[in-house]
Amino acid sequence: MSDAAIEADGLRKAFGQVTALDGLSLRAPAGSVLGLLGPNGSGKTTTVSILSTALRPDAGHAVVHGLDVVADAARVRQVIGFAGQFAAVDPNLTGRENLTLIGRLSRVGRRQARVRAAELLDAFGLSEAADRLVRTYSGGMRRRLDLAAALLHRPPVLFLDEPTTGLDPESRLGLWDSVRDLARSGTTVLLTTQYLDEADALADQIVIIESGRVADTGTPAQLKGRFGTVVFSLGFGTAADAETASRALAAAGYQPERSGTGLRIRSDSGSGALAAVVRALEDRAPDPVSVAVREPTLDDVFLTLTGTGQHVSTSQGGKAA
Amino acid sequence: MSTVTLAAPLGVADQGGRLAGRLTAALSDTVDVAGRNLRTLLRTPQALVFATIQPMIFVLLFRYAFGGAIQVPGVNYVDYLMPGVFAQSVAFGAIGTAVGLSADLRSGILVRFRTLPMARVAVLGGRTLADLVRNLAVVAVMVGVGFAVGFRTTSGAGLLAALALVVAFAYAASWAFTALGLRVSDPEAAQAAGVPVVFLLVFTSSAFVPLRSMPGWLQAIGSHQPVNALVTAERALVLGGPAAGDVLISLAWSAGILIVFGLLAARTYARMGR
Repeated sequence: MSDAAIEADGLRKAFGQVTALDGLSLRAPAGSVLGLLGPNGSGKTTTVSILSTALRPDAGHAVVHGLDVVADAARVRQVIGFAGQFAAVDPNLTGRENLTLIGRLSRVGRRQARVRAAELLDAFGLSEAADRLVRTYSGGMRRRLDLAAALLHRPPVLFLDEPTTGLDPESRLGLWDSVRDLARSGTTVLLTTQYLDEADALADQIVIIESGRVADTGTPAQLKGRFGTVVFSLGFGTAADAETASRALAAAGYQPERSGTGLRIRSDSGSGALAAVVRALEDRAPDPVSVAVREPTLDDVFLTLTGTGQHVSTSQGGKAA
Repeated sequence: MSTVTLAAPLGVADQGGRLAGRLTAALSDTVDVAGRNLRTLLRTPQALVFATIQPMIFVLLFRYAFGGAIQVPGVNYVDYLMPGVFAQSVAFGAIGTAVGLSADLRSGILVRFRTLPMARVAVLGGRTLADLVRNLAVVAVMVGVGFAVGFRTTSGAGLLAALALVVAFAYAASWAFTALGLRVSDPEAAQAAGVPVVFLLVFTSSAFVPLRSMPGWLQAIGSHQPVNALVTAERALVLGGPAAGDVLISLAWSAGILIVFGLLAARTYARMGR
């Protein structure tokens, strides 16, 4: 057995004619955060559902915490926590009742369920609302309660399906903190997201999926380095100055794009290439009045791998990346 | 946040253990789920109102508005009516099972339940157990309403036996609506699918009017369906006379419904994760 807490190999799943997973494999070392990134319908939820035993794969196999998710499903359920895409808490129970119910159904014992419920309500800032019906909670509070429900039996492996979808920015950052705390305390977390900044902020390793297959995988830095493009934006006083600079840069081998008084130059060799760009302008064109560098984001990676191939940064010219 | 996790999961008794232990655990899960459903019921007053006010309105309508026009030889109409109302109130109440279950399906709570180390049978078992408790309460209320509007019986034991038949039918019916609720992930659709079925069964039966007053083809339908069998058996018990045959027919219907739809519901639920 390897040190992977989650390991999936060749997972396939079809719903009628629709193929949701087409041979998906992934691996998350114990104590790491794995981000599953993909657009709607790419198979993220199906993957999480299979790994958390809510769904059976048609083919392939997966092991969580050393246990097969099909053959050992009952024991897998003892070591995982699961929070689905929609906060699956009961609106007609109080926050505390929700947690004690999940605790008892997680078989932690009657008293332990009460103790854990109180601890988690406190940890997630829900103590004051603990005895209010959940139907009076805000969206952010429901999500926090949902995450707390997934943690009742202290699972070493946690699955979160789009944990911050629909949350306001503050609640979102709060949830990020919770995930980081969990990872720090040794929990293995697999989270799906369609937000690139979320995967970037939380994941040690990212798996990008598209049409039920892995499109690429790597650390956030690796993926950005592999696919990302640095964009320099230079602003000039007049359009004529910009045109002069554009010609000077073209002569030096760059491919600047001018729009009005601005120029954009794409570089595949990192932001350090800015110095060379500025040197190419020296004595041949007026000095730029503004310089901006846009570091690669996961959007670049994402769109290159899964989208139409259109780069965000060059959308004006409509150039394919 | 140090309280959020520990290295080891909280101790869970190994599920591969003895059968007795697993049964106890399954029963405890069932009671927990039923408790949750009953709380939900108490906190959504409109569901309770639907379950009790609606049959009360039927009692008042048929006792005072229509009753005078309905002739049933040899018996006070109110004594004829109440067994029909008991059956009608649990038949309509059974729709609530489908509505509640489809709401759980839509909210995603059933997906969470599938990822917990709980007994799978507890989800459906808890739902039908809660509805059994609800039906007991509804039937008790309707008995009180019946006495208030002049219903009388010469046989207390007969009435209790009749109510037991009603509750047995109600339990079977809630499994039928469990099977329905699992197939529609939308409470409104569950309601829309359930109401016509229950309406047809109740109003083609002798719940409110004697079958003799219906055309022959309708009598043929009406005398071969579970609500009519239940009402017929109830009346035999409450009004006196030979009852054993009618009771057996009603019990056979309830047992048949329970077995067929119980298996269907269990199979549908088991396949949801496939």
